[in-house]
Amino acid sequence: MVTALAFPLLFLIVFGSGLSGTMGMLAPGVDFSKFMFPGIIGMTVLMTSFTSGVSVVWDREFGFLKEVLVAPISRVAVAAGKTLGGATIALIQGTLILLFAPIFGVMLSPGILLKLLPVMFLVACALSAMGIFLASRIKSMEAHQAVMQLLMFPMIFLSGVFFPVNNLPPWMNVLVKINPATYGIDSIRQLVLGAQPTTSLGITVLGHTMSVGEDLMVVAAFGLVMVILAMWSFSTQE
Amino acid sequence: MSNSHIIEVEHLVKSYADLVAVNDISFSVDQGEIFGLLGPNGAGKTTVINILCTLSKPTSGKASISGFDVTHQQGQVRQCIGLVFQDPSLDERLTALENLKFHSMVYNIPASVRKERIEQVLRMVELWERRRDIVKTFSGGMKRRLELARGLLHHPKVLFLDEPTLGLDPQTRRRLWDFILDLRRREGTTILLTTHYMDEAEYTDRIAVMDYGKLIALDSPQGLKSMVGGDMISLNTVDDQRAQAELQERYHIKARCDGGQVTFEIANGERFIPALIKEFDTDILSISLRRPTLDDAFLKLTGHRLRDEAARSELKEMVRQHGRYRMRH
Repeated sequence: MVTALAFPLLFLIVFGSGLSGTMGMLAPGVDFSKFMFPGIIGMTVLMTSFTSGVSVVWDREFGFLKEVLVAPISRVAVAAGKTLGGATIALIQGTLILLFAPIFGVMLSPGILLKLLPVMFLVACALSAMGIFLASRIKSMEAHQAVMQLLMFPMIFLSGVFFPVNNLPPWMNVLVKINPATYGIDSIRQLVLGAQPTTSLGITVLGHTMSVGEDLMVVAAFGLVMVILAMWSFSTQE
Repeated sequence: MSNSHIIEVEHLVKSYADLVAVNDISFSVDQGEIFGLLGPNGAGKTTVINILCTLSKPTSGKASISGFDVTHQQGQVRQCIGLVFQDPSLDERLTALENLKFHSMVYNIPASVRKERIEQVLRMVELWERRRDIVKTFSGGMKRRLELARGLLHHPKVLFLDEPTLGLDPQTRRRLWDFILDLRRREGTTILLTTHYMDEAEYTDRIAVMDYGKLIALDSPQGLKSMVGGDMISLNTVDDQRAQAELQERYHIKARCDGGQVTFEIANGERFIPALIKEFDTDILSISLRRPTLDDAFLKLTGHRLRDEAARSELKEMVRQHGRYRMRH
C-alpha cells in the first residue's frame, strides 16, 4: 500500500515542484502542479486497474485458476468479478491520492468529489477489463510483466498526464487521440480543475473540443468492448 | 447411452498441431466403481481427465458424465464432479477454511449446511486443527489432503483424482487411500484416477491401460496380471547373454535381459527351478521367483516398462505445454 502510493506521490512532488517554475501558468489560474494532480490521479487509477490482470496470471501460476474454471459458475461471471475487483482496488488507490489534494493547492468541493468518484470508477472498470482480457491470454508472470510495461507506459505517457496534449507533432497527436486513456485523464482533469473545455487544456478531436460527458462516452464504449472481450476470452478458456 | 454407466466415453480424440494426445478412446464406468487410467507420463491420461472435467474440448468423439454431455452441458457436469489435480490448485494466500468457504459458495452449497460439511471434510482429512492456518505454510501432503477435502465438499457423484499421491511419502499415500476406499464404501462415489504407480492401480476395480494416446487394454488388475500367464523368474548369472541363449536352446524360453538380470515367465515356476539348477550350464548366482505384477503386464502389452521415463521426457514436456491451460483461438 505504501509503495503503491509512494510512486504517484513521488511523481507529483518531483515533476510538480520541479517543472512548475519553468512551465509557469498553463491556463488562467492553472499552474503546473495543479495540472499534474488530476493527471496523477488518473495515472494511479489507470496503472492499478491495468495491472490488476496479474491476479489472473497469479491464479494460473498457482493452479487456483483451474479450481475456478471447473466450478459450476458462469465464466462471464468470473470475468465480470475479476474486472470489478480490479476496479475497486484502483478506485481505492485513486481516492487515497485525492486525500493529498490540499497539499498541492487543489480544492475539491463535496459536489466535485461526488462526480469524481463514479468517473474514476468507470475509468477503472474500462482499464481493468482490458487488463483482465490481456492477462487471460498470457501464460506466465514474465510475459505478463513484459506486455504490461510495453503497453502501459506508452498509454500513460501519451495520455496527457505529464503535458498538455495540444500543439503536438502530428504523429504524436494521432497516438494521443486514439489512446482511450486520454479521455479518462481528460474527464478527471476537467472535473478537478472545473475547467471549461474551451480553455487551452481541452482535447480537440476533429475540431470538436470534448466535454466531460463525451469523454466518458468514449471511455464507456472502450470499456464495453473490453468487458465483452474479457468475457469471451474466459468462456473459451481451456 | 445407457443410464447404468455414470461415465461414457465414445471415440474420444484430442489432437494438437503436432501431437495426437488421445487417439480414439472408448470406455464406460459404472456407478460406484474405482476406475484407473494407467500409463506412463505423456500417455494422455491427464488429457482424458481434462476433457471429462470440461477443462478441455475434444477434437472429436463424445463423453458424458451422469448423462450430461461434457461439451454441451458443462454447467451440469461441473456440478456433479469433484477434482484433485496433479498440481496444487489451492489459493495459497488464504487459510484452509477460506479455501473451503470459497468452494462451497461457487458450488451452491446451501449456507445452512456449509459449516457442518466443512467441519466434516476437514476432520476426515485430519486438518481441522489447522483450519485457520494459511495454506502456504502446509506441507505437500497436507495440501493434497486439503484438496481432497475440497473435492468432496459438494458430494460429487464422480471424483477425479489425477495422480493423487504423486510426491507424497508412503505413509500419507496409505492414509489417502484409506480415505478414498472408505468414501466409496460409504457414499458410493465413483472414482476415476490416473496413476503410474503400479501398487496403487491394484486398488482399482478396473484399469484402462494407455500408451501413446491409445487404450491398449481394459481389465481388472487380476485379469491384466493373468495375461502374463505364469510366474516370473529372475536369474543373476555370471554371463547374462549366455544364460539367455541357453534358456532359448534348452527350454525354448524367450528371456529378457535387463537391469543386470535375466527374466522370463513360466507356468509352475516352483517346479521349474529345481530342474533349472540341475541342468543349467551357465553359473547361476541367485534365483528369484515372484507372481506377475501389473508392471509385468504393462511390459507384455507395450514392450516397454511403465517407468521408461527418460525416453519420454520430451513427449511429456510437449503434452504439458500443449495439453494444459490451453486456450482456443
